[in-house]
Amino acid sequence: MWRDALLVAGKDLRIELRSRVVLNQVLPFGVLVLVLFALALGPGRSTLLQAAPGLFWVAVLFSSVLAVQRSFAIEATDGTRDGLRLAGLEPAGVFLGKAAAVAVQLAALEIVLGAGVVFLYGAGVRSLWGVTGACLLATLGLAASGTIYGALAVGLEVRETLLPFLLLPVVAPVLLAGTRAWQAALSTGAGSAGSLHGAGFLGGAGFLGGGDPWIGLLAVFAAVYLSLGVLVFGSIEEAA
Amino acid sequence: MTGISNGVTAGSGSNPGLGPRVPPGSWSRRTTWIVRSVGLAAFVGVAATVWLGLWVTPPGETMGNLVRLVYVHPAVAWIALYVAFGTVGIASALWLWPRTRSSFFDRLAASAMEVGTVFTGLTLVTGSIWGRTTWGVWWAWDARLTSTALLFVLQLGYLALRRVPSEPDTRARRSAVAALVSALDVPIVHFSVLWWRTLHQQATVLTPTLSVKIYGSMAWTMLLGFVAFTLLFFWMLAIRMRSAAIEDYLDEAGLDSVLEERWAEGGVLGVGGRAVHEASVEDLETGARAGDLPLLRGGDAPDGREAPGKVPVEAGRGVEP
Repeated sequence: MWRDALLVAGKDLRIELRSRVVLNQVLPFGVLVLVLFALALGPGRSTLLQAAPGLFWVAVLFSSVLAVQRSFAIEATDGTRDGLRLAGLEPAGVFLGKAAAVAVQLAALEIVLGAGVVFLYGAGVRSLWGVTGACLLATLGLAASGTIYGALAVGLEVRETLLPFLLLPVVAPVLLAGTRAWQAALSTGAGSAGSLHGAGFLGGAGFLGGGDPWIGLLAVFAAVYLSLGVLVFGSIEEAA
Repeated sequence: MTGISNGVTAGSGSNPGLGPRVPPGSWSRRTTWIVRSVGLAAFVGVAATVWLGLWVTPPGETMGNLVRLVYVHPAVAWIALYVAFGTVGIASALWLWPRTRSSFFDRLAASAMEVGTVFTGLTLVTGSIWGRTTWGVWWAWDARLTSTALLFVLQLGYLALRRVPSEPDTRARRSAVAALVSALDVPIVHFSVLWWRTLHQQATVLTPTLSVKIYGSMAWTMLLGFVAFTLLFFWMLAIRMRSAAIEDYLDEAGLDSVLEERWAEGGVLGVGGRAVHEASVEDLETGARAGDLPLLRGGDAPDGREAPGKVPVEAGRGVEP
């Protein structure tokens, strides 16, 4: 399973390195969303600063829809999916591989968008661990749930319109948790006292900047959808 | 084709004993009896709830007549959030598990989701009306409201996915996975939104607990409302499942009967028929829809769904002269 996952992830990342679709189209789109938010909210520093965590995660969510669509667009042509199945790869491995490739691309995207938030909105980082922890876990959750839905929608004529509609409500908790965790970890002036009372079940309160329960929620989300994907991806592959 | 024709004849009531095939989605006498009694009980229950809720029970101390929403809103929400969604989750999991896989569970999940979506919509509407009059706003970003709204969007997504035309088995598989994804999401959404609210605003003005003093008659009416709406849900579910079974049958039998009819017509018309057949194959290859083919126009249905019911009649007319 793990070897298959590595193979599939390597294939997807190689395709991305050669075609550079995510780099040249999805990444600029994410930055564009950040700029558009700034235009919509006005040039006032304090408004932008307060909204920065939420805007970052909305931009990540939108970009992740595009990244997932791209990830399955490369499977749709030339009978690639049949090829993968004929090659005897385990469905769970294919799922983990595709999710890993999406996660790597999203992580790269988040680094750029995070830098964008710092430069464009003037946010300062209070707890680097909190910021990176939230990003890593949220990325895993987004990639896992996105890969499940991407595979569901791959053969459909209406996938471009259907996928965002299906995916975005499901990942709404990631938006909430990511935003709160970032509010705790960034020095934005808002939500710095945002720790849930007595619920620091990741331990080490303050280490992650006070967003611990939210980071825990992101971890639960990622775990739930990674396991669901491993369990049901075989069924989805049969359907396509 | 003969089977279909007989089915149609039997359905029209001219000769009930003729059809050798049992029409699809037909229930046994016992099931029919049970469904009818549940439906009757549901309607009597709802009517009694309306009567008790509007005339017999007293108005509330603080909320006046508004308190009467308590007989409807919690009951509808209970169906939408727990009964319907629970049914969908269990039915989808049972479908995905190879040993219990059957089209019954697919129809059960789909029908429960459809009826449940209606109840979720009703929950939002009644809650919104209540909120407008007690809180002064149509919508508040309260934890329950927000998670119910997200649930509604998830349900609409499931229904949209089901509407995409595809093979029945593929559709069932896809829907079952989507339902499981949503079912797992609901608790996560619930807790995240709950924390989101409690973290955001410590002392919220809009607490969901409404200080209502429940009198004896009110408690009984509320309980009756729960029972009546639950019965109503299961009755609607049964009816919806029957029509889903008929739809599935039409999808399967429709193509067969149309094909048979076309071959039969080709045989009757000889060379001319074959020419028409070849022309229509060309139409198909150039991407024309099946509904546009000259031979299939008899159905009058743009999507070809109603065609199977009408095709045998047309075929009969075509063959007789």
